[in-house]
Amino acid sequence: MTITRKQFLMFAAASLAGAAGAKVVSGAEVVREIGKKDGKRWAMAVDFQKCRWDQGCNQCSAACNRTHNVPNLPNKAQEVKWIWKEKYQTVFRQESDVVNPTLTSHPLSLLCNHCSKPACTKVCPTGATWKREEDGVVMMDWHRCIGCRYCMAACPYGSRSFNFVDPRPYVANVNPEFPTRTRGVVEKCNFCEERLAKGQIPACVENCSERALTFGDQNDANSDLRRLLASRYAIQRQPELGTGPAIYYLI
Amino acid sequence: MRERILIFGGIAIFLVLFTYPAWHAKAASTRANPPKLQLPVDAKECVAPISSMRAAHMQLLVDWRENAVRNGVRRVHASNGKGYDASLTRTCLGCHSRSEFCDKCHSYSGVSTPSCWQCHNESKPVSGRVQ
Amino acid sequence: MIENALAGNRKYWLWISALLVLIVIGALFYMRQLTYGLGVTGLSRDVTWGLYISQFTFFVGVAASAVMVVLPYYLHDYKQFGKITILGELLAVAAVTMCMLFIFVDMGQPARVMNVLLHPTPHSMMFWDMVSLSGYLLLNGVVAFTTLSSDRKGVATPHWVKPFIYLSIPWAVSIHTVTAFLYSGLAARPFWMTAVLAPRFLASAFASGPALLILLILVLRRTTGYDPGAAALGKLKTIMTYAATISVFFVLMELFTAFYSGIPEHREHFEFLYAGLDGQSGLVPWMWVSVILMVAALSMLYSPRTRVGNQVLAASCVCIFISLWIEKGMGLIVGGLVPSALGSVAKYQPTMPEWGIVIGIWAIGSLMVTVFYKITVGVRSIS
Repeated sequence: MTITRKQFLMFAAASLAGAAGAKVVSGAEVVREIGKKDGKRWAMAVDFQKCRWDQGCNQCSAACNRTHNVPNLPNKAQEVKWIWKEKYQTVFRQESDVVNPTLTSHPLSLLCNHCSKPACTKVCPTGATWKREEDGVVMMDWHRCIGCRYCMAACPYGSRSFNFVDPRPYVANVNPEFPTRTRGVVEKCNFCEERLAKGQIPACVENCSERALTFGDQNDANSDLRRLLASRYAIQRQPELGTGPAIYYLI
Repeated sequence: MRERILIFGGIAIFLVLFTYPAWHAKAASTRANPPKLQLPVDAKECVAPISSMRAAHMQLLVDWRENAVRNGVRRVHASNGKGYDASLTRTCLGCHSRSEFCDKCHSYSGVSTPSCWQCHNESKPVSGRVQ
Repeated sequence: MIENALAGNRKYWLWISALLVLIVIGALFYMRQLTYGLGVTGLSRDVTWGLYISQFTFFVGVAASAVMVVLPYYLHDYKQFGKITILGELLAVAAVTMCMLFIFVDMGQPARVMNVLLHPTPHSMMFWDMVSLSGYLLLNGVVAFTTLSSDRKGVATPHWVKPFIYLSIPWAVSIHTVTAFLYSGLAARPFWMTAVLAPRFLASAFASGPALLILLILVLRRTTGYDPGAAALGKLKTIMTYAATISVFFVLMELFTAFYSGIPEHREHFEFLYAGLDGQSGLVPWMWVSVILMVAALSMLYSPRTRVGNQVLAASCVCIFISLWIEKGMGLIVGGLVPSALGSVAKYQPTMPEWGIVIGIWAIGSLMVTVFYKITVGVRSIS
């Protein structure tokens, strides 16, 4: 049997397409449904009226930076921050300041909102960031991140930071229990998921001496968090965008 | 005629240079000197048989990594029945020293140093016996 | 075929050498960026996308514009474009290559770029962008190469090329639509999240692409005598004129909705671009230059005294190209990111390494276009 060169090339192209197709199909991410029966959704309430950022306190961010080797970079334009302070009027710009004038200049803590419908995970081209179905934590895989920063463009809250340079020289005391990151990857608050795995609460919550931060499962109607939310009026950042944030700011 | 000598001479020189890695060691009458690794003192066995670790330790690390980071599985059970933390720093470097163990073979065999150390920390230095 | 590119006069080799020097300089700057990180650029936590991505966005449009010469010829038998389609396709190959390079140099971990294909994410527009750009590169490469090969052998192009050509037409539209989707789906960025972004992209693409193509043809005509004919040039000019007009119309529509509604998150980006905001007005002169250039170009193209004939052709093409390069490049990208999600106005100024790398990539694209067109002229002049 003789085959022409043309037939051979067409066969080879078809085989290659088939092999590539198989790889694409098998490599497609499977949405994980484990833990759906748990139905946990970690959330945090920030009672910023207890917050003393404006009096020099920075226990939450210091604890986070210590625990996670967050670098302290001299160039603030390219800084890395997981939890940081902003003024109420910066965060909730469109809220009227006539209602409660003392609120508007109060500082509060900002961090990743660990949304239920995150804009960042939608746009990640490699699946380096995804939402964990069993407890709602928005995760980062620093091994897979290609540093395209699309997630940073997509996040409506400005929660994410990029490692413009190697962060290691700027970490004063490396915590050996947690890796540092390398240049070229995006990072953000991870809700202390490595501590949650050991049954501990996030470092920021644990270290706030004013008890301004309350952490818990918002799907558990009996949790401290839910009871707190039932007793106080809470607002969220840009809820109209449909992201479903898990951080509540108590008024 | 002259060109033929040049051509064949050139080919011969090329072949000699091309096969340099193969004959150099023999010609210099040296033996290959594998690095002296510092083995851990405290632990008797590794998380997997040494033969499979020699062959596929990077694959094991990648499997542990994917499982720990993406599936939240932090505790693994090895073939010897024991449970281990799937952690490069705590488990692997708990016994091995990066500079006296990992780097020694990797630099000797010219296998590119893994980028693990850009992020992952080394635990306290391990004192061990030298092989 | 390549032998056509290896024979040239002094000017040709001077041009090639200059491009190679720029490429080497760009490569050296890139090596510095690889070692040190993207900290060598002027990018910041707020303005995470800047010069590199702006160039990518603009040149995807140039790449897509090949459809404007392929469609009339193949779907409408507009034979006057006979000598231009190959030039459009080759320009598309060079432009797409530049786009992929711009994305590559923007990545923090470029060695991991294959992760996009190893872990496909159909929910991410960036995944589809990579797929569509790669496919478009392949399509145009195959079509252009086959066409030139057949020309060289003096035979008609084989029939199997036709489906590829027909496919490249919707594919060209899709690459630029997908690129627009990168931006127009982000709820976080009101400046970008507008339904008119994709139509705007296409309109400006079909203006800037033909503008560049006309300029390249004028250069070709002057240096090699390869002349596609006055009718083809005239038609390209018409396409460019109306596409630019529609693009301007879309921008005016954006200005209306932003300023009439008065919503701060929508309005502030335009204020930043055209008037300055919170003391930052670095882009204001650029944006007004873009406006002036576009007005000048359209006046030249519409004014009764100059709209017939080709005296103002080169000038209007240059004006349109630069105007859209500013508006669709830095204007679009930086404008979308300033003010930030928290309303802060950051300063973004590209650094020398950034410019060095960008100029290096432009030089790579120019080198590709030079070599491709040299081959084309060489092949076509024999046949």
